[in-house]
Amino acid sequence: MLDDRDRIFTNLYGWFDWGLDAARGRGDWSTTREILGQSPEDIVEKVKASGLRGRGGAGFPTGLKWSFMPREVGEKPHYLIVNADESEPGTCKDREIIRNDPHKLIEGCVIAGYAMRASAAYIYIRGEFVNETRRLQAAIDQAYEAGLVGRNACGSGYDIDIILHRGAGAYICGEETALLESLEGKKGQPRLKPPFPAAVGLYGCPSTVNNVESIAVVPEILRRGPEWFAGLGRERNTGTKLFCISGHVNNPCNVEEEMGIPLRELIDRHAGGVIGGWDNLLAVIPGGSSVRCIPKSICDHILMDFDSLMAVRSGLGTAAVIVMNRETDIIRAITRLSYFYKHESCGQCTPCREGSGWMWRVMERLVTGDAELEEIDVLEQVTRQVEGHTICALGDAAAWPIQGLLAHFRDEVEDRIRRRKAATSVEAAD
Amino acid sequence: MSGHEFAEEQPANWEFTPDNAARADDIIARYPPGRQASAVIPLLDLAQRQNDNWLPLKAVEAVAERLDMPRIRVLEVATFYTMFNLKPVGRYYLQACTTTPCWLRGSDQVMRCIRDRLGIGNRGSTGDGMFSLLEVECLGACVNAPILQVNDDYYEDLDYELTGELLDALGRGEPPPPGSMAGRNLSESSAGATTLTGLRPASPGLEGE
Repeated sequence: MLDDRDRIFTNLYGWFDWGLDAARGRGDWSTTREILGQSPEDIVEKVKASGLRGRGGAGFPTGLKWSFMPREVGEKPHYLIVNADESEPGTCKDREIIRNDPHKLIEGCVIAGYAMRASAAYIYIRGEFVNETRRLQAAIDQAYEAGLVGRNACGSGYDIDIILHRGAGAYICGEETALLESLEGKKGQPRLKPPFPAAVGLYGCPSTVNNVESIAVVPEILRRGPEWFAGLGRERNTGTKLFCISGHVNNPCNVEEEMGIPLRELIDRHAGGVIGGWDNLLAVIPGGSSVRCIPKSICDHILMDFDSLMAVRSGLGTAAVIVMNRETDIIRAITRLSYFYKHESCGQCTPCREGSGWMWRVMERLVTGDAELEEIDVLEQVTRQVEGHTICALGDAAAWPIQGLLAHFRDEVEDRIRRRKAATSVEAAD
Repeated sequence: MSGHEFAEEQPANWEFTPDNAARADDIIARYPPGRQASAVIPLLDLAQRQNDNWLPLKAVEAVAERLDMPRIRVLEVATFYTMFNLKPVGRYYLQACTTTPCWLRGSDQVMRCIRDRLGIGNRGSTGDGMFSLLEVECLGACVNAPILQVNDDYYEDLDYELTGELLDALGRGEPPPPGSMAGRNLSESSAGATTLTGLRPASPGLEGE
């Protein structure tokens, strides 16, 4: 288990005050000015050396992403955009950072903004987080008053504004280019890439979008040194991670753990085990609703990191672990996710707009078994036709849960169709 | 896409109160000159809050005018985002999450309790204007599932009984403090934290209050 001394989010459970004085007591803002005394390139190199991969789901190396920003500020300003549109089912970690450790995020904005020569950081928070928005704005106000943000931030000579922007309910705005559209005052419909945001982002200016957790861990990485962070976890899967453990566990919770912790240890040690015991486990969705589920046989030994989960055709995603025990109707559980993606499709690309609804309607029939066996293969093919054929990854996200179900629980889907057929033929014979 | 429809009965006129007009100016000033369209969501939210939590067409027009945006662009935004209510809602607007993590923890019981106590289902309202209900997608508090959002606040860790207690309190006009209805501290394990225990203060959760 990760040593408490290696934990970044020491106020994860809100035991202490969230405000500036208490945050300083926990070490936040302690050497920010010295950190800003380094060159932006040095900071980018250190973040690269730490091995930090984006905590919002895709796992792209954070330092590398920053390095795509232009080296000099030209006619257009640079922007840092923080993605706090936390909406991936299963995921509720950024909420805790925002309400309990907001100064880690704000300090991270100053440092990351400096590293990419940003004149402003926009934090896009999901609309439903009204109370969290109030808390974060209060913390930003404290940071301005203390001279940590704004002109000559931390006495470093660097100027940065932080603007908090609350959305209004749309999962798609967690997609980085949809987020930019929304921030510009439009419907949240993703943009074609390229151009990538680092070239043409907010208001047509160079921009980088990072997840809350990715930004909030940066100050600690720079204070303790990239080798500290890189020494945790495994190669290419370094550091600590906030895990959200939900569903059929005795004690659902958020916890910060080392990357690569065995799934079973995560669940047993921190979440009080599976309801009914480990042998009562059916399957886990290990990285938020978009990734393919894994059956117990994989859960028995899998490590919780990007590469381990990719190797079993799933993913770490946001590290939102949704646990389902043997009492679960897994076809219904996945069908509810199909409904989610249908509801959240922005409507821009035909394969997703039409496909997500089509797949959901077939899934509803698979729940009751009111289908032909051949339709399972048709459904599988349709998921392949949606996957990879849309502007953004929502199409993939709508396809993958169904693919996971069919890969691991096809027998159950077939059984249900057969049982229904048997039941209706008995009725007909009566 | 949320596919909203506007209320049939619409006010003939609508404008921001002087206080909210000043707030709107402050919001617009957050964004660079010429980028005032960025303020469209915050201004629609402001208008909705001024108008008992729903957004009449005239308010959409008022926002369009204030931001110098074509009316259709503001209408697009008002209909795209699910939090804009284009029809009146109850004094207590209940939004029940039924996405898989909440469903696994018993969101069906929350819906059933609301039906039993208030006699309403998804998209229903009570005749006295006190309550309306919408089934919503993931609210992002999944380790505290199931969640019922009431206006701005999340009520968490619900079951049938706790939902009933919550509805009773709301019916008396006495909303309980938001958060876990089961008495749990935030997203910490209900059996007590398994980490950071060396840092734990003597009276957990109190130091921050």
